[in-house]
Amino acid sequence: MSNLSGKVAIVGAADTQVGKIPHMSATQLCIQAAKRAMDDAGITKDQVDGLVTCNSMAEPHMYHAEAMAEYLQIFPKYCVSAGAGGGTTFAVLYQAAAAIVHGICETVVISMADSLRTGLSREAAMVMQSSSGHPQYETPYGSTVPGYYALIAQAYMHEFGATPEHLAGVAVTCRNHACLHPGAQMREPITVQDVMDSRMIADPLRLLDCSLVSDGGSAVVLTSAERAKDLPHQPVYLLGAGEGHGHEHISQARSLTTSAAKESGARAYAMAGLGAKDMDLAQVYDCFTPVVLIELEDLGFCAKGEGGDFVAEGHAAIGGSLPMNTHGGLLSHSHPGNPGSMFALTETVAQLRHAAGERQVEGAETALVHAQGGILSSHCSVILGREAG
Amino acid sequence: MSEADTPLKAHPPVSPESVEYWERCAAGKLLLQRCRTCGNVQFYPRLLCTACASDELEWLEASGSGVVKSFSIIRRAVSAAYEPDVPYVVALIELAEGPTMMSNVVDCDAEAVRIGLPVQVRFEAISDAISLPVFAPA
Ligand SMILES: [Zn+2]
Repeated sequence: MSNLSGKVAIVGAADTQVGKIPHMSATQLCIQAAKRAMDDAGITKDQVDGLVTCNSMAEPHMYHAEAMAEYLQIFPKYCVSAGAGGGTTFAVLYQAAAAIVHGICETVVISMADSLRTGLSREAAMVMQSSSGHPQYETPYGSTVPGYYALIAQAYMHEFGATPEHLAGVAVTCRNHACLHPGAQMREPITVQDVMDSRMIADPLRLLDCSLVSDGGSAVVLTSAERAKDLPHQPVYLLGAGEGHGHEHISQARSLTTSAAKESGARAYAMAGLGAKDMDLAQVYDCFTPVVLIELEDLGFCAKGEGGDFVAEGHAAIGGSLPMNTHGGLLSHSHPGNPGSMFALTETVAQLRHAAGERQVEGAETALVHAQGGILSSHCSVILGREAG
Repeated sequence: MSEADTPLKAHPPVSPESVEYWERCAAGKLLLQRCRTCGNVQFYPRLLCTACASDELEWLEASGSGVVKSFSIIRRAVSAAYEPDVPYVVALIELAEGPTMMSNVVDCDAEAVRIGLPVQVRFEAISDAISLPVFAPA
């Protein structure tokens, strides 16, 4: 049994505005998120001795976290710029927690932001994102990121008989939740038919099966469970964490339809001493709709091949047995690239503080948040709760 | 990208372990690697066997036949260089020898591509030095 579980808590959490924010740079968004999270935690910047960021595509720095520390004029003991695509968020969360438990530092700000929407041209954003392909054996064939994920979608639908309606159900669920979030980028309700009528991007993925392109930033403050007790908010404890890595390039995947979420989830459950049935809600990485179905299955929320029906039957809706992506996810809240999952994290903090307003999952005690990076490649799951264990 | 630039498709940056692979592609041959220690056949070319980590690898000329393991029809090109090809098929091809590779399925109606479709390799020159292995219905 790990000695990390229950020893560290999230004590501050905040987002910037998301969507189109042309009047702010990616650096400003990163710093603003950090400041808001510190304010939320009731701490000053001089109490921060750890800083974790991820690089920005729109405004990159060679050593990003160091540049942000300088900009803030803080002088941390622990300073890391992380990069593992969408999975970055939760991997750095438990690594920072480990640094706290081992006395490397006491209070860590994790802040991530980017300006993919207005800080980069459409072409630059597409080319940059599809550079996740293998430069010799994939990129020359001209796939886009939706194209890479479409290979997964097609194989999944072929193997399990999932339908376009099943995919669309994910988009509709996320949109319904975004409609309850005052800060979400997309707040117009949609129907399954709207998704199926939207433009085909890369068969079988249509426009509304694809996540957003956004500007925005989001941050959390992490400290020891002991210190957390003296701070203003209900601490949200880190109970479990685990990673899984299946491949980097989709043409090298062990399986197109079972992901390393199976391993990351199992490792996180083991650390927490909990199982899928103990989760009151889940935030599941939704860069594209089929990914959600695969992850729901691999994380143990339903049997293999049953993700589509699970969502269609309303289990994943607020009020259902496992509300997911309660802020609207990458599909409808925002997706500023690598920082995307930070918003799932701050939303989970709001849910576990019982401060999520209209979106509140009644009596939420324990949540799983999951992210993946690359093309269903590297996965990280964390389990958070209101009780230290 | 300025209007004056001729948009170029992405060219593979050839590396020491792939020189021979790309040279043979230019000559119309598809190479795989076979492990002399355990017999494992692998793609893409690398220093070690992915099964047993032996460095006793030899080149194996592939039959060039395979089946479509998955595919997508790209409706929105990744960059201007690929726009004239829209709609084009990106696919994962499971080769007869076992390994899977990414490629394009060409010389057919994109709408007719299916998982399981038997295909055969052919080569598309994108420069004097580089020919990409692509696949057409067998
Ligand atoms: Zn071997």
